[in-house]
Amino acid sequence: MTSSRFSVFRAGISFVMMCIFYTSAVDSPELSPQTFFSTLQPGKATLVYFCQAESPRTSMFLEELNEAAKPLQDYGISVAKVNCVTEETSKYCGSEKDLMKAYLFRGNIPLREFPTDTLFDVDAIVAHVLFALLFNEVKYITTLGDLQNIENALKGKRNIAFSYVRAIGTPEHRAVMEAAFVYGTTYQFVLTTEIALLQSIGPEDIEYPHLYFFYCKPVLDLTQPCRRILMKESLTTLNIHRFIKTMEAPLLTEVAGDPRQVSTVHLQLGLPLVFIVGQQATYEADRTTAEWVAWRLLGKAGVLLLLRDSSEVDIPQDTNVIVRRAEEDTQVEFLALSHIDLIVFHLESTMNIEEMVKYEDMEELNIEIQDDEVEETVYRDRKKQLPLELTVELTEETFHATVTASDSIVLFYAGWQAVSMAFLQSYIDVAVKLKGTSTMLLARVNCADWSHVCTKQNVTEFPVVKMYKEGQNPVSYSGMLGTEDLLRFIQLNRISCPVNITSVQEAEEYLNGELYKDLVSYSSMSVLGLFSPTMTRAKEEFTEAGSYLKGYVTTGIYSQEDVLRLSSKYTVTLPALLLARHKEGKIESIPLVNVHVQDIVQIITNASLETFPEITVENLPTYLRLQKPLLILFSDGGIDLQHEKTILRLAKKKYLDSVTPCWLNLKKTPVGRGVLQAYFGTLPPLPLLVVVNLHSGGRVFAFPSDQAVTKQNLLLWLKKLEAGLESPIKVLPAQEWKPPLPAYDFLSMMDAAASEHLAQKVPECIKETDMHESDKEQPDDKSATTEESIGTLKMKHSSRSSWFEETKKPLRHDNQEL
Amino acid sequence: MGLSAAAPPWGAPGLLLTIALHLAWAPVHRDYCVLGAGPAGLQMAYFLQRAGRDYMVFERAPVPGSFFTRYPRHRKLISINKRYTGKANAEFNLRHDWNSLLSHDPRLLFRHYSDAYYPDASDMVRYLSDFAERLGLHVLYNTTVAHVTVNKDRGAWNGHYFILTDHRGQAYQCSVLLVATGLSVPNRVDFPGSEYVDGYESMSVDPKDFEGQNVLILGRGNSAFETAENIFGVTNFIHMLSRSRVRLSWATHYVGDLRAINNGLLDTYQLKSLDGLLESDLTDLAIVKDHKGKFHITLKLFVEEFFNQSSEAIPLPQDNNDNFAMRVAYDRVIRCLGWKFDFSIFSKSLRLSSGSELSEKYPLVRASYESKGSRGLFILGTASHSVDYRKSAGGFIHGFRYTVRAVHRLLEQRHHSVAWPSTEHPITHLASAIIRRINEASGLYQMFSVLADVVLLKENATTFEYLEEFPMQMLAQLETITGRRARHGLFVINMEYGRNYSGPDKDVFFSDRSVGHMEDAWLSNFLHPVIYYYRHLPTEQEVRFRPAGWPLPRPSALHHVVEDFLTDWTAPVGHILPLRRFLENCLDTDLRSFYAESCFLFALTHQKLPPFCQQGYLRTQGLVGTESLRQHGVESGLLWDSATMGGHSLAPGPPVSPFNSNKEEL
Repeated sequence: MTSSRFSVFRAGISFVMMCIFYTSAVDSPELSPQTFFSTLQPGKATLVYFCQAESPRTSMFLEELNEAAKPLQDYGISVAKVNCVTEETSKYCGSEKDLMKAYLFRGNIPLREFPTDTLFDVDAIVAHVLFALLFNEVKYITTLGDLQNIENALKGKRNIAFSYVRAIGTPEHRAVMEAAFVYGTTYQFVLTTEIALLQSIGPEDIEYPHLYFFYCKPVLDLTQPCRRILMKESLTTLNIHRFIKTMEAPLLTEVAGDPRQVSTVHLQLGLPLVFIVGQQATYEADRTTAEWVAWRLLGKAGVLLLLRDSSEVDIPQDTNVIVRRAEEDTQVEFLALSHIDLIVFHLESTMNIEEMVKYEDMEELNIEIQDDEVEETVYRDRKKQLPLELTVELTEETFHATVTASDSIVLFYAGWQAVSMAFLQSYIDVAVKLKGTSTMLLARVNCADWSHVCTKQNVTEFPVVKMYKEGQNPVSYSGMLGTEDLLRFIQLNRISCPVNITSVQEAEEYLNGELYKDLVSYSSMSVLGLFSPTMTRAKEEFTEAGSYLKGYVTTGIYSQEDVLRLSSKYTVTLPALLLARHKEGKIESIPLVNVHVQDIVQIITNASLETFPEITVENLPTYLRLQKPLLILFSDGGIDLQHEKTILRLAKKKYLDSVTPCWLNLKKTPVGRGVLQAYFGTLPPLPLLVVVNLHSGGRVFAFPSDQAVTKQNLLLWLKKLEAGLESPIKVLPAQEWKPPLPAYDFLSMMDAAASEHLAQKVPECIKETDMHESDKEQPDDKSATTEESIGTLKMKHSSRSSWFEETKKPLRHDNQEL
Repeated sequence: MGLSAAAPPWGAPGLLLTIALHLAWAPVHRDYCVLGAGPAGLQMAYFLQRAGRDYMVFERAPVPGSFFTRYPRHRKLISINKRYTGKANAEFNLRHDWNSLLSHDPRLLFRHYSDAYYPDASDMVRYLSDFAERLGLHVLYNTTVAHVTVNKDRGAWNGHYFILTDHRGQAYQCSVLLVATGLSVPNRVDFPGSEYVDGYESMSVDPKDFEGQNVLILGRGNSAFETAENIFGVTNFIHMLSRSRVRLSWATHYVGDLRAINNGLLDTYQLKSLDGLLESDLTDLAIVKDHKGKFHITLKLFVEEFFNQSSEAIPLPQDNNDNFAMRVAYDRVIRCLGWKFDFSIFSKSLRLSSGSELSEKYPLVRASYESKGSRGLFILGTASHSVDYRKSAGGFIHGFRYTVRAVHRLLEQRHHSVAWPSTEHPITHLASAIIRRINEASGLYQMFSVLADVVLLKENATTFEYLEEFPMQMLAQLETITGRRARHGLFVINMEYGRNYSGPDKDVFFSDRSVGHMEDAWLSNFLHPVIYYYRHLPTEQEVRFRPAGWPLPRPSALHHVVEDFLTDWTAPVGHILPLRRFLENCLDTDLRSFYAESCFLFALTHQKLPPFCQQGYLRTQGLVGTESLRQHGVESGLLWDSATMGGHSLAPGPPVSPFNSNKEEL
């Protein structure tokens, strides 16, 4: 019964529209009621609009109807309009109040009537008409009970396509109806507009239209539920088609041979293929895994089981997954993945990027949602009142006077620039901490207001911090944009750099941290340059290096006559550097031989690096500069002293020179958990030693958890690493950072509008609009001027009175107005 | 040549005059000669002075800006003197200051010279002479350059010298000639009876002289309406006759069209108060004077037919057509048809010709303001308006002060190898650099679609150079003009009105005239920033044969920043985010900013870092942030949350994998 009716309406349906209107150009025939009924063919569906009189409402409806004629034609439905005005009336013409109705006929039997306001646009027209015709194929339900009944009834028989749309007549409703037209005989379509029903079957995000595919056909045990697959993409005809196609495809295919040659429907739909590499010996387990993966990737990729033994292709030994993308030019990827989730992740992470670039439906991607963490956090914090009064706001008028009158630190920022506004908060924190204690004036300039001040100070990007000291060139701060580092910079700048030490005793106090007790916490190392009074050049070089490091390292200089007392005490020849590490209470000496400013800076910078530092967010960049693999000991809290001892001992013996040994305190640097998670997928037992080779290959190795961290074990392990005998637990992704989301493609939008304009407007406009306008438009541009002069010429040759006709026009106008 | 050594070069004109007379035969050499000490001439003198160049300004009158000593006749300038904008940004405020010249001296802002929104012309004269004096500009007053010619010389910068001869016969040899003489010749239309017509330049400005009169005004520009405004309270009626319809500047967005301040007559015309506007070609017209001294309008061809007859015998249109509009007799006919450039002093050898039909009154120049006929001859100021006639503000002080600066920058590069000023920044600052300029730059705003900023990308697009206010029609010649390289792609930042929004017949108040949504930005109508991206510098051909209605050739990608009611394009989501996405997609990189903690995580979990982390964090300049910001970050889901062990689910492109607890080993 169903299928026969189906074929009938597929054979032909027509939709008639009738009215008088001169604006739109409707292709569909305009008929009188009489002629209309004579044209109706049996079995063919027709949407008919009976039209009484022209009104703005009807003309808008007619425009939409006109546009819907083409898509409806594709479904064999014709469209017609019947003019009730000119001819005698039929009963469908109705009275004045029934004016706004359209009827759907099959043959000459009326099926349904639609108030025209339900057919508000093309989508609504197509959706409603198909919905009426597909009455049996699409079950409309309102309760969970309805759904369960259908589900139970179809178990073992047919699969179900269940969808929720926000309302009847919406674009997504149309998409579902169009899909039902094609697949309605194969699957049972179920439709609801009840959000409560959708909520009860439990999707997370209930705001959007949804489509589920229920696998009921394979369910033979009636107590078992049908497996439900949610379609992730938006409800468009194309997406639904793709989704259903993938649902129809076999869940898992077993293949042999070259993965490069295999093709399934997935590839044609632009979806990747995932080959699970197994072998005969473990066939059952591999098949279970593959099925599990297949369910996970259903709708996202095609999953195939490839047995290594049966394939003649050379598959790398450690490969367990092969991915082949739909794009023609991409290579087959051989992967060694430790978890099933990694397959899903691998696929999704790369798929997202590609999809995002290709995606056409912008709204789906939420490109209007902020994905810049700094912008977003500053925006969310915009209403917070900062104690800005702790810093002095400078203006064009006050800037110069202020920075020359006292030593000042100036933050240049711009109110609209998020990074500088984020830093402004740290800056205010510094002001809070220094309140009442510092001689340094903390000031700020908002470059959004005082643009010229900033330009004059050579500030063209934000934020910038500059220190102004009397008699010195302003110094730009180049440290981390945070409270601690800036505070250190300001504190260390309190003393001159290098500070001039005047006696041996003072030098000793300087070295043991007594002299600048309060600064020791900011600079863990003090540098003292020792020079004999005659070494002017070396002193100059050192002084310059000291001022370069100003604010980052404390430096001092001693060059009194009795300098030899110090050099002999620390057994070093002049000129020399003494490095006092306050934390360890050690003093190191380095002779300076023929060194220039840069070399001195380099020596001091290198010396300030620790042998086995605790790595933090702030200091990681400094250690990354060494370009060596990191040997990181992850520790939940303070470091195990035994481990520390072991590593320090190895380092001392230069066994660890090929790596940068360091440790990470998860309590202090909680983001370290994120690092571990990326390496292990889960938080492994701590402490834990890891080697991260960031600069070549991004391979991560974990020290075997069953071994004790002893000198021997560690050395052996490192040797094995070097020899390439260990396999990495993780290879860090080497992808470039691409645009996270696409941008609006205004060029295409403009092109689309232009071609539409050409296609539609030109023929009509030339006829009507332009003719109309040339009356109004006064000669203005060149062509108009020419037109006018031609007119004038004509006048000269023919009758004089024509010119008066021309001049009458403005006059007539005047008369009306006056 | 010994002159400058013999005399204090910029001494009293009297002294110079004496010496000049003695040395009449030896031409004085100047690298730069500027004709005219009006606003444009002084503006150029300022830039030459600041650059330490050898220059001289020649001025016929004893004071600068002598045009303003007489014009506008009714003394009210229609260039706005907006003293308050609610903003402190001096650059932004120049967007609404139409009278000041550019200088480093904040005292030389016009708002210190007048309180009036539409200031008096004599304040302009006072301002200009202060400008010349305070900045010590070298102006030779009372010197009329009577003749200009060229002398070929291989050694000269441009292969020839310009020889200027003043009214005393003194010659000056100039390497570069900068003509800033404005439009000084009143436009006249020749027709029978035109001798009866009063000119704007000489008519009476006393309304008493018009009491109870019928007045016909020829023209429909601001001078015509300004004249009508002055007398329409005392006349019987005013008729205004012009060739084409009135163009209202608020519909055309062109300040040279009729400004609302002058349109009182439109009001009375449309409100049936006897005044009226008519359109007809003036060249077809004739005026006949009757025995009572009244003027009648008739046709030129009638007069030509009856040319030997007495005026009463000449037929009038109303003889045949008794409701002819201009059938009344007029007591006065006034001509207000504007001005044109004075070509008379320039020798033919300079090949200085007039522009096309539309801009006949201007000399023909390239988009670089250099004459098409002779290299080294530049037209500045009002006379340079052919470049953007009826489009932008190049014919007015608030526009040409920027084009003069552009010409100066071009000259600095051409003759002194001083490259076009630019700043270089890491690529992560690109969006900020653009946002800053579109929010404050006055040159872009005033000279919209003429001057544009250019961003030149460096190799690998890790850094860029920012060039301001380049004449965009010269884009193909950018490398020669600026001395900068454009080998790795470029952005052009322009300001534009919506296509089809401006025009004399456009309804600029229709209800959907503005768009608010970012996706509709390309439909913006009001002035808004538009950014063009080119992978390669366009060629001259591409610029010349660009699509109709486009200010530039079709770019590789295009971005519109959606129009803003407050012209404040700093909204994080509405303006900055779409711009960043555009830049990211052009450059194929991720331009987001990250806190140091995120960079730390990326540094240990990725082989590559996003540019912001590379250019900031890795150079120990990471953004640390505060606890409250961090909290917001966690709430927004953008920042790594240590509490939940959740991955970076939303933020980074290649993210940390979102594992769940359900693990199955393969």
